[in-house]
Amino acid sequence: MDLNLTTEELTFRDELRAWLVFNVPKDWNEWREKPIEESFPYLRAWQQKLHDGRWAAVSWPKQYGGRSATLMQQALFWEEMARADAPPMANSLGLGLIGPTIIACGTEAQKKRYIPKILSAEEIWCQGFSEPNAGSDLAGLQMEARLDGDLYVVNGQKVWTSYGWVGDWCELVVRTDASAAKHKGLTVLLVDMKSAGVEVRPLRQMTGESEFNELFFRDVRVPVENILGKVNDGWNVAMSTLMYERGSYGARLHLIFKRYITRLIELSRTIQRNGRPAAEDPLIRQKLAQCSAEIEIMRFNQMRAFSRITATGVPGPEGSIQKIFWSELNQRLQQIAQELLGSYGQLLSGDTHAIDKGIWSYAYLRTRGNTIEAGTSEVQRNIIGHFVLGLPRSY
Amino acid sequence: MQFGLSESQEFLKDSARKFFAGECPSAEMRRLMDTDSAYDAALWSKLTDQGYTGIIFPEEYGGVGLGKVELMLLMEETGRALLPGPLFSTVVLAGSVLEAVSTPANKKKYLAPICRGEARATVAILEASASWNPRDVHMNATNGKLSGEKLFVSDAAIADFIIVVARNGVFVVDSKARGLKISPMSAMDLTRKLYVVEFSNTPAEEIGAATDLPRAFDIATAALAAELVGGMQRTLDITVEYAKTRKQFGKPIGMFQAVQHQCADMYLETESSRSAVYYAGWALGENSPDAATSVSIAKMYASDAGRAVGNRGIQIHGGMGFTWENDLHLFYRRAKASETAFGDATFHRERIASMVIDSGSASAKSA
Repeated sequence: MDLNLTTEELTFRDELRAWLVFNVPKDWNEWREKPIEESFPYLRAWQQKLHDGRWAAVSWPKQYGGRSATLMQQALFWEEMARADAPPMANSLGLGLIGPTIIACGTEAQKKRYIPKILSAEEIWCQGFSEPNAGSDLAGLQMEARLDGDLYVVNGQKVWTSYGWVGDWCELVVRTDASAAKHKGLTVLLVDMKSAGVEVRPLRQMTGESEFNELFFRDVRVPVENILGKVNDGWNVAMSTLMYERGSYGARLHLIFKRYITRLIELSRTIQRNGRPAAEDPLIRQKLAQCSAEIEIMRFNQMRAFSRITATGVPGPEGSIQKIFWSELNQRLQQIAQELLGSYGQLLSGDTHAIDKGIWSYAYLRTRGNTIEAGTSEVQRNIIGHFVLGLPRSY
Repeated sequence: MQFGLSESQEFLKDSARKFFAGECPSAEMRRLMDTDSAYDAALWSKLTDQGYTGIIFPEEYGGVGLGKVELMLLMEETGRALLPGPLFSTVVLAGSVLEAVSTPANKKKYLAPICRGEARATVAILEASASWNPRDVHMNATNGKLSGEKLFVSDAAIADFIIVVARNGVFVVDSKARGLKISPMSAMDLTRKLYVVEFSNTPAEEIGAATDLPRAFDIATAALAAELVGGMQRTLDITVEYAKTRKQFGKPIGMFQAVQHQCADMYLETESSRSAVYYAGWALGENSPDAATSVSIAKMYASDAGRAVGNRGIQIHGGMGFTWENDLHLFYRRAKASETAFGDATFHRERIASMVIDSGSASAKSA
C-alpha cells in the first residue's frame, strides 16, 4: 500500500495541470447557467480543444487517440478537471461508455469509422437501452429488429435516453431472436439517428428540465455491418458498457461533493440557528461532520476499487458499492443543505431571495434520480448479493 | 498510488488469520471468555513467537518495526477471531503510549519487556465522567503519589504495570504497589475484561507528559476500528453462509431480497469501514497532516457500521441469532464495547467538526 503518487502519475498530473491553466475557457461561468441546447456548441468546441491536446479520452489505448492512462491517472484527470472548474465534454457518453465498448467489441472497420469522430465531438452518441417496460429488467426489452436481406428493420420505443436530442448515433439494444431466452436474443446495433423513422421527443423530468428523451423507431433500416459484437450476444456487449458506467462515473464526484460541503460549511457560519451561527449548533455540526467524513470514505473506496481493478484488468461488480455509496450520499448531502437553509432551500433559480442562484433546490430534486439512473439501488444490491456474496438469484 | 495490500502485507494478514483460526477457534475463545481474566499464558507466548507483541515497535526494544498499516491488518484479524486477552491493552495501547511519551531508558525498562512477551500492561484513562475528552481527566499526582479512581480499565487484573493518565503527567504504577486496588466491572464484552482501579497514596513513576498522548491514542483508536472491521467481516461471513443454507418457504432465505439487500448493506458497511481504516493506518504511518482527521473518520464510521452490521446479522439469523449458542452476540458485545471505547461516533463527529468547520483549513485544503 502506497498512497503517494508515482513519478508517472505526478508527470501525468503536472502535464495536465499546466495544459489546463492555458486552455480552460475563462468564460465558462457565463455559459454554465444557460440551457444545454444553447451551450452545446461551446461544449463541443471545448472537447475539440481537449482532443487537440490528446486529453479527450485519456483512458483509451494510445493507438485510438487516448493515453492508455491507468485508472489512477483517470482519477487524477477528473480531479484536475474539477479543480480547474473545466466545462464538461459534449460527447460524454461516446467518450466514457460507447467508445470503450466499440474498442472492446467492434470490428477494425467500425473502430476506424466511429472512434475519431467520437473523440472530436463531430458525432455525438446516445444510448438506447431502457424501454417503458424494460428498466431494471433490461433483458426484458422488446424493441424488435427483423432481418430483411442485409438490413435490420427496427420497431419500438426507448426511454431515458440522454443526449437523444443532439445524438448523431445511438448504441441501440434490440431483440433479434424472440424465441431465445431473454438474455440470449439481444443484439447491439449502431444506428444513425438521421435514419428515416427515428423520432426524438423530450422527456420532462421532475426538476422541470429535459435531460433525457424518448426515442420512437418506426421501420428504421439498419445495415448488418452496424452490428456491434456478435448477433444475439448483445447482452454481454451491453453489460460491458454498463460496467464502464459504474466503474468510471464516481471518479469525478469527490471534488464536486467536496465543493458542496465546503460551501455548506461556509454558509453555516452566517446562517443563524437559535440565536447563534449554525456552525455552532451541535446537531448541525454532527451532520456536516458525518457528511464530510463520508465524502472522504467515498474517495477511499474508489481508490481501493481502482487498485483492485488495476490488478484484475476489468471493472467488476465492486462498482455497485460506489454507485450505492455516492448516490445515497448525495441525497443525504442535499437533505442537510435543505435543513441548513430552511425556508430558503425551496427557492428556485431566478428568485431574488434564492441562495446561490437556487442550486440547492435544484440539486435536492435532482438527487432523487441518482438512486434510479445507471442502475437502481435495488439492482445494485441484487448485484452485490448475487455476484459478490454468492447468494442465490432473487429474480 | 496503490491502495491495495503489498505481497508482504497480504502474507502478514493471511498468516495472522490462519494463526488465530488454529490457536483461538470459537471453542477456545468461549473457554477463555468464561475465565476471570480471559488471559491464557500459553496463547500469549505463542503470540510473542509470532512477533505480535512487538509488531510496530523499534527493533532496539525487541520489536519487529512494522508499520501502522500492518498493525491495522493484525487487529483486523484479532477482531475476526474475537481474540480474548490483553493484546490490545498491552501492545497497542500501553506500547503506543510508552513509545510516544517515554525516554529511551524507560522504553528499555517498560516497552522492551512488552515486546519480549514478558510483561502485560494497560492504560488507565477514564474517570467517573466516562468522558474521552482529555479535559475531563482530573486525577493529579502529588509528590509521586496517586489517589483516586479510574474506571473501565481493560485487562487491569493481569497487568504487570498500569500506565495512568493524570492531569499533570503520565505515570507507571506497579501492579504490586501499595494502595492499589483492582476490582472487576461486569460488562457486556466477555472477551475483554474491564476493571475499576483505585489508588490511595500509591507510588507512581512519572514517565512523560500528557500532552504527548494524542498520537498514541490515535493509534489505539484506529486499531479498535480495525478490530471492528474484522468483527464485521466475520459477522457478514457467518450471516451469508446462514442465508445460503437456511431454508424457509422451500427456498434459501438468501434468495429473498429483504434478506439479500441487508447482506449487501453489511458488505457495503464492512468494505467502507475497511477503506477508512486502511487509509487511517497509512496516514498515521506517514505522519500525514490529515492523520488525526482520518482516524476520527475511521472510528466514527466503523463504530456505527459495527453496530449496524451486528443488528442486521442477528436479524437475518432469526431465532437462532438470539441464542447464546450462536457466536454472533459475542461479536455484537465486542462491537458495543469498541464503539464507545476511545470515543463513539458522536464524539468523533464533533472532533471532525472542530477540524473541518472551526479551522476551515482541512476542508479548504483539498477542495
